[in-house]
Amino acid sequence: MTERSATTSPVLPPLDAVGIVREAGLTAFVVFALTFSLVGFKVEDVPGGLDIVTRFDQVLAATVLAFTGRVVLILLHKRRHLPVILVGLAIAAVILGLVVAARGAPESATAAWLPFESVVVNVLVAVAALVLAGRAAWSAWRRDVGVSDEAVELAARVHKAAIFLGPLMLGFAVVLPFLPFADRRLLDIAILVVTYVMLGWGLNIVVGLAGLLDLGYVAFYAVGAYSYALLAINFDLGFWVCLPFAGIMAAFAGILLGFPVLRLRGDYLAIVTLGFGEMIRVILLNWYEFTKGPDGISGIPRPTLFGLPFTRTDPDGGETFHSFFGLTYSPLDRIIFLYYLILILALVTNFFTMRIRRLPIGRAWEALREDEVACRSIGINPRNTKLTAFSIGAMFGGFGGSFFATRQGFISPESFTFIESAIILAIVVLGGMGSQIGVVFAAILLIGLPEFFRELQQYRMLAFGAAMVAIMVWRPRGLLAFRDPTIRLSDHDTAPEKQT
Amino acid sequence: MPANVTRGGSPVNCKGFVMEYFLQQLINGLTLGMIYGLIAIGYTMVYGIIGMINFAHGEIFMIGAFVSLITFLLLGALGITWIPLAVLVVLIATMLFTSVYGWTLERVAYRPLRDSPRLAALITAIGMSIFLQNYVQLLQGARIKPLPPVISGGFRFMKESDFVVTLSYLQVFIILLTITLMLVFTYVINRTSFGRAQRACQQDLGMAALIGINVDRTISLTFVTGASLASVAGLMFLMNYGVIDFYIGFLAGIKAFTAAVLGGIGSLPGAMLGGLLIGLIEAFWSAYFTVEYKDVAAFAILVLVLIFRPTGLLGKPDIEKV
Repeated sequence: MTERSATTSPVLPPLDAVGIVREAGLTAFVVFALTFSLVGFKVEDVPGGLDIVTRFDQVLAATVLAFTGRVVLILLHKRRHLPVILVGLAIAAVILGLVVAARGAPESATAAWLPFESVVVNVLVAVAALVLAGRAAWSAWRRDVGVSDEAVELAARVHKAAIFLGPLMLGFAVVLPFLPFADRRLLDIAILVVTYVMLGWGLNIVVGLAGLLDLGYVAFYAVGAYSYALLAINFDLGFWVCLPFAGIMAAFAGILLGFPVLRLRGDYLAIVTLGFGEMIRVILLNWYEFTKGPDGISGIPRPTLFGLPFTRTDPDGGETFHSFFGLTYSPLDRIIFLYYLILILALVTNFFTMRIRRLPIGRAWEALREDEVACRSIGINPRNTKLTAFSIGAMFGGFGGSFFATRQGFISPESFTFIESAIILAIVVLGGMGSQIGVVFAAILLIGLPEFFRELQQYRMLAFGAAMVAIMVWRPRGLLAFRDPTIRLSDHDTAPEKQT
Repeated sequence: MPANVTRGGSPVNCKGFVMEYFLQQLINGLTLGMIYGLIAIGYTMVYGIIGMINFAHGEIFMIGAFVSLITFLLLGALGITWIPLAVLVVLIATMLFTSVYGWTLERVAYRPLRDSPRLAALITAIGMSIFLQNYVQLLQGARIKPLPPVISGGFRFMKESDFVVTLSYLQVFIILLTITLMLVFTYVINRTSFGRAQRACQQDLGMAALIGINVDRTISLTFVTGASLASVAGLMFLMNYGVIDFYIGFLAGIKAFTAAVLGGIGSLPGAMLGGLLIGLIEAFWSAYFTVEYKDVAAFAILVLVLIFRPTGLLGKPDIEKV
């Protein structure tokens, strides 16, 4: 890095004040034009029609903040750290001070000085200002380091550490239910996160290994859930009997989808799989005699441990889990059992993926991802290879679906919308495609964190979308993007190869 | 999308009026197809120039509908009730304000990723789509917004029979406006310097840059054009159905994309043709089969087209390079 040595005695070029103001003015103008229409006016429902209210104060605030923010960013880019730190801290201090002062008195004069109506947005602006100040302080201290280089290093380091990190996280996951802070809420979130980790690992087979972009993964999840629910309700079968059936049904659905889309690639494939997912949902919604349509299926039986139910008393008069083991009854037992169930399912998925990567079929998937034409010329059958990837990925989706059904006890087409597919795909891609540990981090980041901020419910999806964009712009190959060669020519060459 | 596509009669009372019923569905389908076609042009232009699916384009259409609604309400509050003037003002306002969204979308979410794997751009597009949906939901509320009919009345044919075929003034307006826009658009693409730059970029981005075309500017203008056409589609949707919410962009976007694929992605006349076909198929499917499965019909067509004619009706064959 030449820059690092050059900046030991900083000789910074002079600032072009007019240029900065013009640039910032342009940004402010765009923000004004963006916010004028949709923020400036709000359509209100009033009896007998619609009314319109204005919010120009917030448009003004957004415009001024955009101007300041742009100036600060340019200064940061030009390595003028001190003003950035000062302005960032000042904005954060003023807004946070006003938020605290206006607490509990939303109509007071102090509250009127706040830039935005909503407390969350105000706090977000303050946090952004703090982050900018922190960034400036950091790079002033480090004398400017390319951020993306650092990120690549970090990804390689995390992957090297995965040897220790994996077992460590696994150990933590195993003992989690018995830790003192593990209450019902935390376990519920943990179950949710592990479910998404499992789905992410399942989809990783299709997207990460075989390179087939699937935007309709939720269809297999739905097939698994409905298979279990319908089998259990109509034929009175237990969870463990149904689980393989659900997987097989989902795998069949995968083959069914796979056949017509074999010839497609990339974006086309994504849209067709998306269409397939929506078709399954529309059918579930309208085939009332079979799926009970929008009413959904309720009363799905809970799983048992070798026939021992997790209820206070067994309705059939048999043993229950707590009586069999001589424990006192606790409703948390069932949650802990569900947690271990999904943890085992997820680990099976992970183990399966790791092993199959070393089999010829796994290698064929990865070869197909890299170059389909080359694959064909060396005798790999792309059709069979793609179909196995689709069906195996779908099978794990089906397992996940039946777990979802047994956990909720109620399913309806509402749970299987496109957004679920998008979330699962986002977990795979944001984690860094093909990276198993990346999926875990992405699931914790995207599912776990927002769950803790349930109070901000209405901002959750907004932040989710923004995070997807931000992470992709920052790291187009995913958080822990990094490709470990499956095969090495010599044992000495153990240094992981950076992705080019 | 609301289920009232079969305006002007339901299958129940069409017995004995085969011709009239067919004609009515034809009119409805064409109107719907014009709306899809206008959105599809945005998809096909962006795909042609940077080879990515602008997944958030449906959201741009939705924003266009909301800006139209707000402008209508504002004009109503200001007391401007002369309909031609009001519609003209709304048209200009929605094209202006929505195209800013199109421009920003490209600048913020797609330009930094132009040289990245295509998957990354698709993920940002999905992220942008989720973001914009929730942005509008937070700012304008989640409830559906009804707008009373702005243009009412229409021509009535076959008055001698009991089933009267109606061609409403609104449908005439939609068809005429679309044709006008298409003429202007064709002129812009074929005759202006922006159009030439746009076509050059579509053929080869790198080469276009070498011969002195400002590629960034051309791509930005492409997004602006696509967004303003989509916003007009939003205005038409609002006037045609009378209800909008923040979620209308998803299905309309997918159907318009289907239209673009059906017509041959990258081909501008193909997008309009595909839009008309999808509109007609949807109208006839709802009229003669089941309304519930009309969305399945659109997807099924998409799958069938991609299997049997991946380049679409008017598309050029894609040569696979090693």
